[in-house]
Amino acid sequence: MTSDRETIISARSLSCVFGTGRKRFVAVDNVDFDIYNEEIISIVGESGSGKTTLARMLLQLQASSGGTLLFNGKPVTDKRDHWRRVQAVFQDPYASFNQFYSVESQMKACFNLFTEKFSEPQKQQRIDGALRSVGMDPAEVKEKFPFELSGGQMQRLLIARIFLIRPTILIADEPTSMIDACLRASILDLLLDLKKELKMCIIFITHDIGLSHYVSDRIFVMCKGKIVESGRPDDVIARPQHEYTKKLLDDIPVLHKAWLEE
Amino acid sequence: MHDLGPTNTGIAPLLTVDDLAVHYMTRFGQQVQAVKGVSFTLDEGKVFGIAGESGCGKSTLVNGVMGLFIPPLFYTRGSVIVDGEDITKYDKEKLRVEILGKKISMIPQGALNSLNPTRKVKKFATDVMKNHEPDLSKSEIYDRLEERFKAIGLDPRVLNMYPLELSGGMKQRVVIGISTLMNPHVVIADEPTSALDVSTQKSVIKMLLELMERKIFGSMIFITHELPLLYHVADSIAVMYDGKFVEVGDCDQIINRPAHEYSKQLMNAITKLSTSGQRHADGGNK
Amino acid sequence: MKQFKLLLKSPWFVFGAAMFLLCIVVGVIYPLVSHTDPFLRNGVPFDSPSGQHWLGTNGEGQDMFSRLLFGLRSSLFVGVAAGIFATFLGTFIGIVGGYKGGILDNALTLVTNLFMVIPSILVLILIANSIEKRSMLLVAFIIGATTWPWTARAVSAQTSSLKNREHVSLAKLNGYGIFSILFMQILPYIMSYVFMVFIIQMATGILEEAAISMMGLGPYDSVTLGQIINQSQKTEAFTNGNWWVFMPATLLITALQFSLYIVNTSMEGIFNPRLRKEE
Repeated sequence: MTSDRETIISARSLSCVFGTGRKRFVAVDNVDFDIYNEEIISIVGESGSGKTTLARMLLQLQASSGGTLLFNGKPVTDKRDHWRRVQAVFQDPYASFNQFYSVESQMKACFNLFTEKFSEPQKQQRIDGALRSVGMDPAEVKEKFPFELSGGQMQRLLIARIFLIRPTILIADEPTSMIDACLRASILDLLLDLKKELKMCIIFITHDIGLSHYVSDRIFVMCKGKIVESGRPDDVIARPQHEYTKKLLDDIPVLHKAWLEE
Repeated sequence: MHDLGPTNTGIAPLLTVDDLAVHYMTRFGQQVQAVKGVSFTLDEGKVFGIAGESGCGKSTLVNGVMGLFIPPLFYTRGSVIVDGEDITKYDKEKLRVEILGKKISMIPQGALNSLNPTRKVKKFATDVMKNHEPDLSKSEIYDRLEERFKAIGLDPRVLNMYPLELSGGMKQRVVIGISTLMNPHVVIADEPTSALDVSTQKSVIKMLLELMERKIFGSMIFITHELPLLYHVADSIAVMYDGKFVEVGDCDQIINRPAHEYSKQLMNAITKLSTSGQRHADGGNK
Repeated sequence: MKQFKLLLKSPWFVFGAAMFLLCIVVGVIYPLVSHTDPFLRNGVPFDSPSGQHWLGTNGEGQDMFSRLLFGLRSSLFVGVAAGIFATFLGTFIGIVGGYKGGILDNALTLVTNLFMVIPSILVLILIANSIEKRSMLLVAFIIGATTWPWTARAVSAQTSSLKNREHVSLAKLNGYGIFSILFMQILPYIMSYVFMVFIIQMATGILEEAAISMMGLGPYDSVTLGQIINQSQKTEAFTNGNWWVFMPATLLITALQFSLYIVNTSMEGIFNPRLRKEE
């Protein structure tokens, strides 16, 4: 472990509770964690584990009901400023883009975050650069509308957005679950290249342990709103400590390992 | 026809598909060949897995195997033989009465959507049974349902519940229970567990295999893009791409020694992203 | 849009739309080209249809044909204006409440439900009665102000299901504020629905205008179809069997309603599957 790690995200007793009385639902239950600079973290959990709510809290799209969440030691006061540093790639590429606007206008929308004014040619230049970084030809794609592109292309667009905004923290919510298996690795590799170039910290939200094993420095396992286990992938997968983690690993169908036999 | 490895000698296969091709007509009058000549046989007690990505033609193949050539889907050529008869020649009425739900039954992907939310489960089940046994009275049907549900380990009380009251896994089990009421020869499971949690997935798969072992249904076609699942479920696997089976073989061979380029690509993509795969070594701090 | 082409293929839509458009065209053009003054009392009262007066005359000797078509124009004006008011108001309230949720939504829903429960016709009567100089625009405004709840409810439901969509989250992540999101991200998705709602609101507007006019509380600065009927009642045209005085107006109101409802129903068939696909 190197000693130059600074904590960029820190959570203490972080909670998110929906509803009151009988309908009270604790989505995130008193969670503590620290995330360091340029780390790749995977938050692994099934549906209902609270991982999506946690992601939304990190993105300031969901308010917390208790506890603290600090970014670089400070709570979030200015959301726009926050979004310059923290961005997201979502699961469903089709739902992520407004179908009424062209690719170009949706990329231009990102400039709303910047305080400095860009001229039109400057904007175009940056947009073209971002599109090329994800392997797309600007001339071909800019005029098109989301329904004219494939799922894989739209996912790349989401990543192109990140190239444009250049945040320091990226929340990737199931970025490959709706992508064909053959294309998954290339999307992941793209994200990892992005991370290297922008020196970003990436937080993957996923239910796919295989994916988290492939990319992460650390894995957090979530169950019913709590982080039940965390550690390096090899440790968590080879030597799971918590009951839930053990069961989760047992239930995943893996090649060359017994699954259905008890 | 491909050689699928050892089959039960002497016993006729439950399903024989020979050079089946299906096309659909676009709104502009173009003919698009979605399935380009697919052949395979299905023996009793066996699971035939089909692995393929989106757009390879799996869903069209399913419709074709069930004889459901409903516009814009059209029959091009080939045969589907069940109990000695070619069902591609059947008209809709004959299909409905003799085949669908009775000899070939399907468990769709979005099972949660196929259950009408405003009707109790038993209403749905009764409708299905009435299709095939119109002479039974409601109470006779209900008795049979109860009996069958108990026999397969489902609490018969769910019959009186609404789909909304059931969990995803429970709904899927109910759909399986109803789809196998008539003890079909072939069950086609099209991504039956993709929307379920990993633990629920395991129990639903277990249920399917158990039901087959108990001869509640004869054989299964299992379609998924998740190869690790096929590894544990299928006896033989066909890799589908662009409307064709690019490779067919027994489970062990396809998974461990894929021959076709596409199969290899698929396998690589899976093994790369598995818990036993390699870790990405990035130059960052560790 | 492609949907429009689909709409044109539906025979019901074409029929209804054509009927309504025809009424509009006639209602707009006739007053411009006609030489007959609908207010001029120069005919024999209750004269049955003839070459000079195609639909006869009413109790004051006014030409019924031109009254009918002038009335059509006025009724359309009030109906369409009322529809526009109601749609705007209802959409605004629905979209804000549906998006914000929480206390604001609860408050707006309460107001909406209150307005819904009180029969708009009562409110109309009360307000219309208390205002002497009721211009067409004012009547349209009053109708719009009492018929918006239906729209608000529908739009609110649509909006609250849309607000959790990922493209809305993305817009937030781009730093856009609430009004930009409502206008750019939510409104386009409910536009087809709002359009359908507008058709219904127009039909309601026309009907409500006819209703209050029939009671004698209609606009004072013109003749509308409802007023024609009201007049015919006052002059006992019903009992005297002078069908040409009230029948055409009644049929025309019915025709307008019918055409608008057909258009709406045919649109539902085309639009709804799309909305469901977006789910």
